[in-house]
Amino acid sequence: MSALRPLPRWADVVLLPILNLLLALIVSGLVVLAIGHNPFTAIWAIITGAFGNGYNIGYTLYYATNFVFTGLAVALAAHGGLFNIGGNGQAYVAGLGVITVALALQDTHWLIIAPVALLAAALFGGAWAFIPGYLQAKRGSHVVITTIMFNFIASALMIYMLNRVLKPVGVSGPESAMIAEAARMPKLGQFFPIFNYTPVNLSIIVAILALIGVYILVWHTRFGYALRVMGQNPTASRYAGISNSRMIIITMTLSGALAGMVAFNEVLGVQNRLVLDFVADAGFVGIAVALMGRNHPIGIAFAALLFGALYQGGNELQYVISGLDRTVVVIIQALVILFTGAMEGLFRPGLQRTLMLFSPEQKAEAIERETVRSES
Amino acid sequence: MDFAFVLSLLDATLRLSTPLLLACLAGLYSERAGVFDIGLEGKMLMAAFAAGAMAAVTGSAWAGLGAALVISVMTAVLQGAAAITLRGNQLIAGVAINMLAAGLTTFLGQQWFRQGGRTPQLSGEGRFGAIQLPFAQELAGVPIIGPIYADLISGHYILVYIAFLAVPITAYVLFRTRFGLRLRAVGENPKAVDTAGISVNRLRYQAVLITGLLCGFAGAYFSIAQGSGFGNNMTAGRGFIALAALIFAKWKPVPAMFTCLLFGFLEALQIRFQSAQIAGIDIPVQAIQALPYVLTVILLAGFIGKAVGPKAGGVAYSKER
Repeated sequence: MSALRPLPRWADVVLLPILNLLLALIVSGLVVLAIGHNPFTAIWAIITGAFGNGYNIGYTLYYATNFVFTGLAVALAAHGGLFNIGGNGQAYVAGLGVITVALALQDTHWLIIAPVALLAAALFGGAWAFIPGYLQAKRGSHVVITTIMFNFIASALMIYMLNRVLKPVGVSGPESAMIAEAARMPKLGQFFPIFNYTPVNLSIIVAILALIGVYILVWHTRFGYALRVMGQNPTASRYAGISNSRMIIITMTLSGALAGMVAFNEVLGVQNRLVLDFVADAGFVGIAVALMGRNHPIGIAFAALLFGALYQGGNELQYVISGLDRTVVVIIQALVILFTGAMEGLFRPGLQRTLMLFSPEQKAEAIERETVRSES
Repeated sequence: MDFAFVLSLLDATLRLSTPLLLACLAGLYSERAGVFDIGLEGKMLMAAFAAGAMAAVTGSAWAGLGAALVISVMTAVLQGAAAITLRGNQLIAGVAINMLAAGLTTFLGQQWFRQGGRTPQLSGEGRFGAIQLPFAQELAGVPIIGPIYADLISGHYILVYIAFLAVPITAYVLFRTRFGLRLRAVGENPKAVDTAGISVNRLRYQAVLITGLLCGFAGAYFSIAQGSGFGNNMTAGRGFIALAALIFAKWKPVPAMFTCLLFGFLEALQIRFQSAQIAGIDIPVQAIQALPYVLTVILLAGFIGKAVGPKAGGVAYSKER
């Protein structure tokens, strides 16, 4: 077993995720089949529902925007060996920052509001992740457990804020006041009519910038180097003079800030007010996105697009096949996480063995090893 | 705050802490054996659905319980395969199980019963009824002790008694049997167990199986005892409260019981306050809701004692290293 070589990069980055996705699709296809529907019709409905026309694509891009942010949040933490499972809570609390800024400045212009709201989202989301980060670094409490707890605390906090503090007089539901028209983030449809009536907005540019920013941060800065060293080997990083606890705190805060961008997109660009559960589990989708995208911005961009397409296509599914809806997508998503994240051992050894036979020098090496073993 | 009110509050506490306790003990076996389990929620949800669906089809609560146990154990084995045999990331396996349960139960529920993800309303034999303990009627008239016995201790579903019986059994198994010793050892130092010639993975699978069984009881409690049928996302985060309780109890069975009672009491309080509209004491309901999580974070941070989990938790055992 130990003779197996690591997979070549292309297989690790492209082939393995695709195999895992296929397996997830096959298993969910079997579920659909068992229920008495044609899985291929369902897949086709999802694809056309996601990319069929400008309206569909607009929605796909809107979902993808959120998933880029949460995917990057999970990935950045993962590079430091941390599992940030609290994207939901961080994004939720970040909504407080965005709505406060937007309502306070709503008489100005969105060009003024957007950068301030962006900062507020980062600040609030970051703060909500800073505490678990601090507790892990200084008190040794496991960041996974604390971020789970913080998701629930965030949910209770936001219900309280929406019901008791932000709800304007005369509104019955738990939601904040609407942001003035001029203060809202412009929709892409204003520039490209093909995206009319879809929620995709200029936040998508922030998402692209975030992808580039994370790439530079992780691979082209001292901080990124220290981050990866800590992720690979915390003992080595300590001996190299890197302060692990400082790194953990900064990384978690940045990760929370990235997750907070979901609030920027949703509150300023889509809902134009703060509503209950606007995050809609985007934080958990981020885990799937980061796993599929191999924690790399390019992979994350593709994976976010894939899950955006699955979500939007899943919405359209019910109009094509009555009775099938987006819950199928939740199953696919869960299976992707299971296969790529937790069952890596399913394909990897077999793939390693297969690929070894295809490269001549590796084959020669394997034969040599075999002969050495049989001679000794 | 008269005697009857206190009694009914404590009665509600018992009922609400039962699923927490079952799930908490479930997690205890798994985590003591070195397998982190954040998938308690998912297994309970699967079990709740299986119980609701089976009881609706057969009309028998016992068949429902059986289905819950089978499905929950199967889910646990799937999670175990990822975490133990394939040496995958245990935390991610748990996340996947939770998500899979949420998707699968809603999907199948909608497909099979066409009631928006709910299973049909159960009645009669389809649900567990309250059990009257002997002499409950006769003793009810005795002051103080009578009502306590008749109203508080007697008259619960069988699963409530199973849950509280599971506490001494777990304590005995864990601290007084060979299996328990090995289980604890495998969570602290699997290499030592392996050196002694005992299979680490076999022990871990055994632990995961027990986890599955207990989650099955917990899930069934939601849909065929406390409730009368399965509803979407019925467990509503109870698996995570149970996880919090497990940490709060420092992975020990008897403290686990008291923690679950405390968290159940908080939930009972919160329900009372909502219906009675006495939240005007300026403690928002949400603060009580968040209290179990806040307490757990504070404990984890080491401000009130220290919670240190099993040492080998979260790491798959591999012989070669």
